[in-house]
Amino acid sequence: MASYLKSTPTRDGFFGKYGGAMLPPPLIPHFKEIGEAYDKLSKSSEFVRDLRYIRKHFQGRPTPISHFSNLSDICGGAQIYGKREDLNHTGAHKLNHCMAEGLLAKYMGKTKLMAETGAGQHGVALATAAAYFGMECEIHMGEIDIAKEAPNVTRMKLLGATVVPVGFGGRSLKEAVDSAFGAYIPQADTTLFAIGSVVGPHPFPLMVRNFQHVVGIEAREQFMDMTGGLPDMVTACVGGGSNAMGLFAGFIDDEEVSLHGVEPMGTSSNLGDHAATISFGEDGDIHGFHTLLLKDKDGEPAPVHTIASGLDYPGVGPEHAHLSTTGRVNYTAANDKEALNAFYALSRHEGIIPALESAHAVAFAMREAKNNPGKSILLNLSGRGDKDIDYVTETFGYSVDD
Amino acid sequence: MTRIDRKFAQLNAQGRKAFVTYIMAGDPDFETSLEIVRGLPAAGVDIIELGLPFTDPMADGKTIQLAGQRALAAGMTLQRTLDLAAEFRKTDDTTPIVLMGYYNPIHSRGVDSFLAAAKQAGVDGLIIVDLPPEEDGELCIPAQKAGINFIRLATPTTDEQRLPKVLQNTSGFVYYVSINGITGAAEAQAGSVAPEVARIKAGTDLPVIVGFGIKAPQNAQDIAGIADGCVVGSAIIDKIAQGQNPDQVLDFVKSLADGAHRA
Ligand SMILES: Cc1ncc(COP(=O)(O)O)c(C=O)c1O
Repeated sequence: MASYLKSTPTRDGFFGKYGGAMLPPPLIPHFKEIGEAYDKLSKSSEFVRDLRYIRKHFQGRPTPISHFSNLSDICGGAQIYGKREDLNHTGAHKLNHCMAEGLLAKYMGKTKLMAETGAGQHGVALATAAAYFGMECEIHMGEIDIAKEAPNVTRMKLLGATVVPVGFGGRSLKEAVDSAFGAYIPQADTTLFAIGSVVGPHPFPLMVRNFQHVVGIEAREQFMDMTGGLPDMVTACVGGGSNAMGLFAGFIDDEEVSLHGVEPMGTSSNLGDHAATISFGEDGDIHGFHTLLLKDKDGEPAPVHTIASGLDYPGVGPEHAHLSTTGRVNYTAANDKEALNAFYALSRHEGIIPALESAHAVAFAMREAKNNPGKSILLNLSGRGDKDIDYVTETFGYSVDD
Repeated sequence: MTRIDRKFAQLNAQGRKAFVTYIMAGDPDFETSLEIVRGLPAAGVDIIELGLPFTDPMADGKTIQLAGQRALAAGMTLQRTLDLAAEFRKTDDTTPIVLMGYYNPIHSRGVDSFLAAAKQAGVDGLIIVDLPPEEDGELCIPAQKAGINFIRLATPTTDEQRLPKVLQNTSGFVYYVSINGITGAAEAQAGSVAPEVARIKAGTDLPVIVGFGIKAPQNAQDIAGIADGCVVGSAIIDKIAQGQNPDQVLDFVKSLADGAHRA
């Protein structure tokens, strides 16, 4: 069987009918430059050697897999395992693509990194990369997220980044992207726009997936070592979809492994209350690519809500839109309440406070464990929850019953 | 021949440059916006670009992003934008209207349905900034078939290799983006733009109109002087944002038009 990853996307960045590079003219040459540089460097042994060195000696990779035996006992049924991206330096998977994007920028001779951020995890990771490579860093972030994710704003500033507050529209991730693109164009000659997920125009969905693939490669090997076989189910939360694509990429050619993307169902399935793009979206175009999109009655990108800022996006990576069409990945959802419940459960029973984003994958595993006795579920614990503890405890207390 | 083609033939015969304005349809609301649009031809505007409000305008500066937000907040949609064009057409059958925006609202509506409605509303051209030539099958070709011009942007970074592609299926005119930035940025300088216009004209017989970064009458005159005309957008939208009434806005437009027409 031909390897899925080698054959997808097409040279123009299409995953089936999704993806592409729908760029306004001023941006076209810059993304072309990035694409060509990535194409060349990803085949260069020097670049790969540098990246390996960084992953091992700076990020602390490989991150382990943990068997969540207490949680498995409580749920009854399947055994639950987690890939510990919370132990990756800066506390989330985002650093995997940020260090690689920083290295790419260095090889391209750029002196500055810039991006949008939702929960601030990507911003922190990119600010870290910028500090490591001695570059400037500019992060655009919605005002609502700035208030909610204050510790990450402090971290970005300590790391030397400039944080630009975005105060229009929903004042969240989507607007941060708009703002960042606008600010990028005049400084594109010296700056790399380092998109924070498998979204945006080609080559980002391909490039970020491949930079995150390390998660899946490690996980597959570690899981085999630990259990002697492959997991039956592999799951991850899906905002833009980078942590999910990274883990799924390691198993996508293993047909016996079922893959499950978990979207945020927010407070209800009514439009505006969730960000479950694949469950409810239609074909559309945003931020330079064709994808599935949550739309209002006029066809415009709809307002979205979820307890997890990092999942708060009305679009989704084009590869996920494609994989939902082919059926290789099953997309489902967990709501705010289930995610919170999982947040408390993993903290109390496994000694790991998960990011609210990752808690959506934990929630799915807890739900499915009951229905799958004797099976194994591997989830991507994409990040730690330190950033969320103030918000959660101030809003919801210290347990589900508070 | 579209109204755009006829307009350029007429300007050519008169030895005049084209003065083009861009405002956001429905900013600050439908009625005020319509009143401004209706007054544009008398203020000296040759071609009207109407911004199609979109929630996520990735190639625009703050001025136009905020104008879009105001219009959307006032209930503007793709259909209302077409309604506005149609209302204008009731009193003016010669001034070309070009819709400028992003693809998502059109994609959501359906290309065939949109083109039929646009034609019906008296729209003459489209500038859809996130549809590069690679995507010509989506809207560009169907629009040309429907008799609507598809106008493309060229920029200082559109190199020799790419320019022929950009020009290939373009019709009506070519919109040269004079500065390497987003709308509403620094002032355009005629001296550096002139060779660029010549470079584009070497590849096409279409008129070349220069926009982005034109803010004052003298600036409009200088830029129009080295091209077939110029576009002003953000500077006019700024006046609307400041709450100026339609007469005040149109006075400012007239001063710019007079500048451009002196060229
Ligand atoms: C810990 C964590 N997981 C997941 C996400 C969602 O991003 P993606 O869907 O690209 O993995 C974020 C985003 O900020 C995050 O911080």
